[in-house]
Amino acid sequence: MEELYNWGRSHSVWPLQFGLACCAIEMIAASMAKFDIARFGSEVFRPSPRQADLLIVSGTVTKKMTPQVVRLWNQMPEPKYCIAMGACAISGGPFKQGYNVLKGIDRFIPVDIYIPGCPPRPEALLNGLMALQEKIRAQKLSGPDAPRHLRADDPCEYPVPGFGEHDLLPTKNPVLWQAPSIVRKE
Amino acid sequence: MNELTPPSFNPPSGAQVRAVHDAFHGDLLEVSMGPHHPSTHGVFRMMVTLDGETIVKLKPVFGYLHRNHEKLGENTTYLSSMPYTDRLDYLNSMTNNWAYALAVEKLAGQSVPERAEYLRVILAELTRLLNHTCLAGFLLQDCGASGTPLMYAFREREKILDLFEALSGSRMMCNYQRFGGCRVDPSPEWLTAAQSLTDGYGRFLDEYESLITQNEILMARTQGVGVLSPALAVSAGVTGPMLRATGVNYDLRKVDAYGFYPRFPFRVPLGDHGDTYDRYMIRILEMRESITILQQAFRTLPSGPIIDPKAKLRGFRPKPGEAYGRIEGPKGEIGFYLISDGSPNPYRYRVRPPSLVNLTILEDLCLGQTLADAVIILGSIDIVLGEVDR
Amino acid sequence: METLEHLRNRLAIAFPRSEVVIVNNPSPSAQHSLLISADHARVIARHLRDEADLQLDYCSNVTGIDWPEKEIIETIKPAQTDPAGGAALGTEQKIKRLQPGYLEVVYHLYSMALGHGPVILRLRTINRADRVELPSLTPVWRSCEFQEREIFDLFGVVFADHPDLRRILMWDEFKDHPMRKDYVEPDDYEWEPTPHGPVLAKAKVHYAALTPVAAAAPGTAPASGSAPAPMSAPGPIASPAGGPAIALPLAVETPPITKAPATAQSPTLNPAAPSAAPRP
Repeated sequence: MEELYNWGRSHSVWPLQFGLACCAIEMIAASMAKFDIARFGSEVFRPSPRQADLLIVSGTVTKKMTPQVVRLWNQMPEPKYCIAMGACAISGGPFKQGYNVLKGIDRFIPVDIYIPGCPPRPEALLNGLMALQEKIRAQKLSGPDAPRHLRADDPCEYPVPGFGEHDLLPTKNPVLWQAPSIVRKE
Repeated sequence: MNELTPPSFNPPSGAQVRAVHDAFHGDLLEVSMGPHHPSTHGVFRMMVTLDGETIVKLKPVFGYLHRNHEKLGENTTYLSSMPYTDRLDYLNSMTNNWAYALAVEKLAGQSVPERAEYLRVILAELTRLLNHTCLAGFLLQDCGASGTPLMYAFREREKILDLFEALSGSRMMCNYQRFGGCRVDPSPEWLTAAQSLTDGYGRFLDEYESLITQNEILMARTQGVGVLSPALAVSAGVTGPMLRATGVNYDLRKVDAYGFYPRFPFRVPLGDHGDTYDRYMIRILEMRESITILQQAFRTLPSGPIIDPKAKLRGFRPKPGEAYGRIEGPKGEIGFYLISDGSPNPYRYRVRPPSLVNLTILEDLCLGQTLADAVIILGSIDIVLGEVDR
Repeated sequence: METLEHLRNRLAIAFPRSEVVIVNNPSPSAQHSLLISADHARVIARHLRDEADLQLDYCSNVTGIDWPEKEIIETIKPAQTDPAGGAALGTEQKIKRLQPGYLEVVYHLYSMALGHGPVILRLRTINRADRVELPSLTPVWRSCEFQEREIFDLFGVVFADHPDLRRILMWDEFKDHPMRKDYVEPDDYEWEPTPHGPVLAKAKVHYAALTPVAAAAPGTAPASGSAPAPMSAPGPIASPAGGPAIALPLAVETPPITKAPATAQSPTLNPAAPSAAPRP
């Protein structure tokens, strides 16, 4: 039963039409005839977040754009997944030393799959999508490991940051992300 | 909320809608289109004030992709900025690279060998083909032909991207030009493949045009829409195919005669009306001229070094001074203004983005048009947010 | 087109009360520029645009540049020399003076009608602090509109008579001018595998604030080897500056989490809320 449910879910993941920067062009190329994301079930890229399952954050997330990304994430109904595509979405990428660049979208929304690359090839995006499909298929439907939409206690909406005078307020969501504390040996 | 403030609400899909009372127009509707909207131009926002369906005011808002490229340019060496220029106009990385290399070569007084100049022309024209093909696809998608023209366009784009990948190692972010020449010498097989692609491109254009150009729906939706006058275009600093669609004959390949363009005679298509249909047709005609240039360049490509032997890549410190170098990119004039103070990093690194300056007249073009036309007009301006926001 | 000296002389004759100075460009590009005073900038610009043989109708590029104040050391050689050929009388003097800083705006002008250019204009503000007004050339060339707004946003130059002067790239509540040379980015500490230069300097400040184990013995194993920090509420929430180290626990427990407030506008997070372990 679980297998059937998850099989149906994993093979019809509908992404949101959401492209920020250069990775968006590779995402569009992945949906075109040569690489064809449609054979994985992601035929239609939905323009409205209310109808989408998957948010592929492709491109640099700037601090000016972050509240809109989080708002879009909040508007997507569960079950929803997030792929951070490209180095910029994972951690700020080549623009990490930037006053307007958010150092990774996982500071504000939970990310399921990270696809490194600058930009990752369309095949890499398809690989990431396949990894996501495996992850969905492996989800148990009950118990502590159940996905968010089957648990009553999990938040599906995350707080939207506001604009401060020098930076976002707050700069990150401490529930989701904390700076790792590894100290470099001298 | 007091009674003077009109009620506001947040409907789904993130668009903020407010009813605005204006004494002359009655009830106006202020819609925020973007920064996330289905038009595939990136994170661009238009605050549109509507009287029914007609646009009364339009203010573009951007900065959603501001990645402080210029500050990074000040903090990295000249050569390390080359990969960042790929990410400016991320569809056309070769022309961005060339514009930057040209500016640095002007600053340092470097010369470029013949073969490298030919290669630069070849790659720039391939990039122009790529960009205009994409624009044709995206414009048709904005018109509502969802997907199919874009599929045709991307089919051809993939062929050119395969060439770029074979040459420089990356499909989009090529990082290919260097100060004083190019990075990699193409093999004879690459040249043969590129030549056969160029020869076959005319057939693709014929196929595409037979489907699209005489299409009634396209003509009805784009003719007479977004008319730009030549005087306003010149004053607003509009360059590229958008300027030439109004009839102004200003193509930097002819005016500045940079590189070896004077060796390749070609025509500059000019438009008559300055509307969206003209902007679309200019790009199709420019693609045909690019094919002509490419064929001439392949026939006469000389052998020789691809980079100036005296060029110093490591420890590059140009003498203090400044230079402004510009080329005719596929979207318009892309220029780099560099100020050097003798150190390995530039003191000031400025990108002159064609898309930003072309957006100056967006409001002028859209006034009096319907909201659906605003999407098509924006599509025909051909912006890329990586360049607008840098 | 005529030479820059000729153009300068023409402008000096046409506008005798304005200051038109040639700024030499030592690089091989030989693109010398004209420094004009702010109060006559707009009439000079109109003159350049409308004169029949110039017709500089296209303003291609508007750039802002920040020149912070500089300490200049001038050496004054002794004035008196010994007529008999001996050692000079008097000593060498070194004078230090502070050249005041300013913001500069550079306009690159071309002519679409006649096909010549560039003519480069420079305008300078009086200082970088409070006298930062310059006349806007948007009434002359419409292409300056967005570019001057960008210079206002990133450098802080206030353009008089600009039709719509507000921030263009940063959000409206932003207070700084990021492209200035003395802009300090907000502290956004994050672990980097190989920091060097200023990033390493910033990281070291935060290393010092980490757990005493790491701070006392920099050569020992990283803090994550120690026992996981207790995940009790309010718990070790990292402050924006990085704060005390939190060892990511390897065994994930998922305590019950209270639902986050379900409003679309909730910018502040309550740091006292019970923290959840990061999801695997």
